[in-house]
Amino acid sequence: MVLGTYKEVVAARSTDKQIQKIAQDGGIVSGLFCYALDEGLIDGAVVAGPTDVMWKPEPMVAMSSDEILAAAGTKYTFSPNVWMLKQAVRQYGLEKVGTVAIPCQSMGIRKMQSYPFGVRFLADKIALTLGIFCMENFPYESLRTFISEKAGVDFDLVEKMDIGKGKFWIETADQTLTIPLKETHGYEQNGCKVCLDYVCELADVSTGSVGTPDGWSTVFVRTDAGETVFKQAVEAGLIETKSMDDVKPGLGLLEKLATDKKTKAMKVIDERKAMGLPVPYKGSSEKEDPLANI
Amino acid sequence: MSILARIKSFLGMEAKPDEKASKEEVEKVAEEKAKPKIGYIHLSGCTGDGMSLTENYDILAPLLTEMVDIVYGQTLVDLWEMPEMDIALVEGSCCLQDEHSVKELMEVREKAGLVVAFGSCAATGCFTRYSRGGQQAQPNHESFVPIADLVKVDLSIPGCPPSPEIIAKTVVAVINGDMDYLAPMMDLAGYTEACGCDLQTKVVNQALCIGCGTCAMACQTRALSMTNGRPELNEDRCIKCGICYVQCPRSWWPADRIKQDLGL
Repeated sequence: MVLGTYKEVVAARSTDKQIQKIAQDGGIVSGLFCYALDEGLIDGAVVAGPTDVMWKPEPMVAMSSDEILAAAGTKYTFSPNVWMLKQAVRQYGLEKVGTVAIPCQSMGIRKMQSYPFGVRFLADKIALTLGIFCMENFPYESLRTFISEKAGVDFDLVEKMDIGKGKFWIETADQTLTIPLKETHGYEQNGCKVCLDYVCELADVSTGSVGTPDGWSTVFVRTDAGETVFKQAVEAGLIETKSMDDVKPGLGLLEKLATDKKTKAMKVIDERKAMGLPVPYKGSSEKEDPLANI
Repeated sequence: MSILARIKSFLGMEAKPDEKASKEEVEKVAEEKAKPKIGYIHLSGCTGDGMSLTENYDILAPLLTEMVDIVYGQTLVDLWEMPEMDIALVEGSCCLQDEHSVKELMEVREKAGLVVAFGSCAATGCFTRYSRGGQQAQPNHESFVPIADLVKVDLSIPGCPPSPEIIAKTVVAVINGDMDYLAPMMDLAGYTEACGCDLQTKVVNQALCIGCGTCAMACQTRALSMTNGRPELNEDRCIKCGICYVQCPRSWWPADRIKQDLGL
């Protein structure tokens, strides 16, 4: 259960060569959004779009495949996508909105759908939430510190960032640099430390690189809405899949990382409670399964 | 389709096939129950909360005629004496200088089983918190407080106004006796001093903010934006309704309900 409830988990990648080239891993988010847009399953999607400042994304409403692809790839800093959902419905007039969300963002969306206290006629227009695995997020200045200062690379030259194999990877046109992940510790935002969700347990479909080889992604299909879109995209030949049993390192690594995140967060939650600080989640003594997301 | 089933289908709360038998039984029991007697008490508010209730177009007629009995309310019922009520929806804050408002609120507490602070004016004071008196028609009317300052409030539904959906969901929960769904609203009855700056003091200062943007999305007056992944408040636009903090995933977290709603 450390990976949440799901109908199916597979290794997958987009079959589109262009998406493969620019995507972070298997191009699942880009591929599914492009498919959902083309088929009219969504009218638009809120994604982390590029801005004038390199690696500093802003939420944007993508209405075409080109706009989806312009936002492809992971940015390791904030893009408050939930903020843009209301504009997507009110200003862009979308009836069926897709969005890409990290676990905490999916929590904001799901809470709003179950308890829409002050949010009028929006909950039922969120048609597709694609979740991405997330261990922690960094303030923009943190990113700049370990790229400019620790790795000594000009921020503007960076073409791709990635986290994997215990390292933070920085790729420029002519070199690949790494920083041990240990050196990034202390730079992550504090709010992440009580988060129990690694694999975006509340998304319709959640995906990330961990568990599968380079160029592929692990995909959890969780809800009915997610199953519909994912199955159709596979049947249409836009996404190819493999069994998780046939790929390395497989689900074991995901289970380990998810358990690590939950164990660490539970410790922080219990410590905070002991100090009398607020935490929205139950302490380990208050629930049957200490690693459950409650 | 039964009325309750129609409302659930309107809210996207259709029963899963395997749960159908038990759900139908619940609905049958619900429909056999006496209709709750509801009163609508209007204090210092703008009627926006009542307007929001009427925005449930698809279900409004059966809701009002078949599911509940409206037994008291200005303009709704031709009655001077306040009757006994199961539920009293109180809209608006209470003006301490207006003896009629104070008296009516006290009487509501005596006559109603459940007192609901309906909308942010009743729940947190909302924009009436800014009142300083000295204006027509009664310059003496200066002090407006959330109703929980004067009487015990059982449920609070903040929002300026509360969304049509939360009103319909709450009605369904009350009729079904779904106390789990109502539990957060019982807790919110204690949240009477609200402000956009709660995000700073109760979330950012407490090392809980994750920059998701839910607060800025929820803000009903566009007083909030996100800067460097943190909420930024334009105090001139904030009406102290409390919605930003209420919707924040780091203020309270209804894990079980969310999983149930998603079928996870």
